[in-house]
Amino acid sequence: MGIVNSHHGISCNIKSLLIEKLLAYRITGDSCKVVLDFMLFREITLLLKKEIILEWRQRYALNGILLYVVSAVFVCYLSFNLQRGLLNVVTWNALFWIIMLFVAFNAISKSFIQERYGRLIYYYTIASPQGIILAKILYNLLLMLLLSVACFVFYALVMGNQVQNGWLFGGNLLLGACGFSVTLTMISGIASKAHNSNTLMAILGFPVMVPMLLMIIKVSKNAIDGLPTNVSYDEVWVLLAINVMVGTVSYILFPFLWRS
Amino acid sequence: MLIEKEILSAVNKLFKRSWWKILAIILLVYTIVAGLLAPVPRLAILNETIRVLHFHVPMWFGMIILLTLSVVYSIKYLRNPGTQHDIYAIEFANIGVVFGILGILSGALWANYTWGSPWSSDPKQNGAAIALLIYFAYFILRNSLEDEQQRAKISAIYNIFAFAALVPLLFILPRLTDSLHPGNGGNPGFNAYDLDSNLRIVFYPAVIGWTLLGGWLASLRIRLQIIKNKLHEKLEENYLHASPYAAAQPGSQPLESSADTRK
Repeated sequence: MGIVNSHHGISCNIKSLLIEKLLAYRITGDSCKVVLDFMLFREITLLLKKEIILEWRQRYALNGILLYVVSAVFVCYLSFNLQRGLLNVVTWNALFWIIMLFVAFNAISKSFIQERYGRLIYYYTIASPQGIILAKILYNLLLMLLLSVACFVFYALVMGNQVQNGWLFGGNLLLGACGFSVTLTMISGIASKAHNSNTLMAILGFPVMVPMLLMIIKVSKNAIDGLPTNVSYDEVWVLLAINVMVGTVSYILFPFLWRS
Repeated sequence: MLIEKEILSAVNKLFKRSWWKILAIILLVYTIVAGLLAPVPRLAILNETIRVLHFHVPMWFGMIILLTLSVVYSIKYLRNPGTQHDIYAIEFANIGVVFGILGILSGALWANYTWGSPWSSDPKQNGAAIALLIYFAYFILRNSLEDEQQRAKISAIYNIFAFAALVPLLFILPRLTDSLHPGNGGNPGFNAYDLDSNLRIVFYPAVIGWTLLGGWLASLRIRLQIIKNKLHEKLEENYLHASPYAAAQPGSQPLESSADTRK
């Protein structure tokens, strides 16, 4: 605990509260399944709270990724050197999602890679692996939601808003954030075990992201063209199914990764 | 008489243990001869290139089967860690990727004459290319992990994870989008071609034959790796046993002598 104390800035009372609660739930949790499920839920909410508090304390990371979004969009705008609204729909769509892809990689890659070794061991002793992966996925989902809204607002501001079916586009943005966080959290965990983590994160993540990205881009194109929502139901279902499948696989596999 | 009996029993043993290898050779010889010479339906554009069916499509069957086997062994590894399972997983993936590359090359060659260009951004072509990217990433992940157990475990995790993400790409997406491949997007499929079953009687044996060949190649590489591991272990053992002994022998002499001189 001493190591952890010197390393990061959770204040003492929050930390002791966390430990006490987690330990209490772990000990009582052995007796029956209902308590166990409840325990997992509590564990996730506590870990999620901890992530948010940590992020808020070290706001430079959050501000950094927000600035990353803004500068990426602005660089794209300048390099196309176009006047507002003159961009081809296909290009507008592809460019937006490529920016989102890179933002997601940068935002999520730090979820395990930037954790210090001591802190990881600390989590290992107080929380279950399922709790950790679910909390990380949820946290990354919140982060990606914030970033995708910020990205869309700024993108629409400089490049012009071409979206005609706003609801579908918004829902798709939500599904996209979900997909990015579910897939990349696990990839970040895998990459953190190797040496050249940052390169590895990209090469492991890009091909795995592709099926999801193709669906997202397709639905997004439908939304921009203003097609009625029921045209894209097929794709939305596939997207949901991929999300659920990848999420389940992460949930099953993460304990193995955590133990090594 | 005795020699004859021995030869007979040896042949019997060989056949019992490697009947599937003999079957692979017979099926592949049949595939090559019949695939190139048997009558095929006459169709515009395709003409004689329809024979690529027996050499290109089985590559995909082989790739999917080998990669599935690789994932099965990765799951086995996680359930019951042992070096053997890891070797099976990596070697099946290796041969699966070789099949994938051959499939892409044969497909590109064929597409050049029928679709007009080797790469037409067909969903199936893209899916195959992404599958290969995933497995190249798997190989790089393996190489970047030094500890053997860590490598086996983490690559097994990625193998299973990537396969889960790959399944929709290979099986679901091509059905949602139009493809230039026969059987998709209004193009006549396999069933429309072989009203006289001429293709079918060569195609099915071809699939089995090529897949068996893949299994054979993988089994050779697996055996090679297992032997290499055993040799490595033996060398290490010898070194561990030999070195303290070797060090003690010359070292003990001067020690005693120095003790002697002190007296």
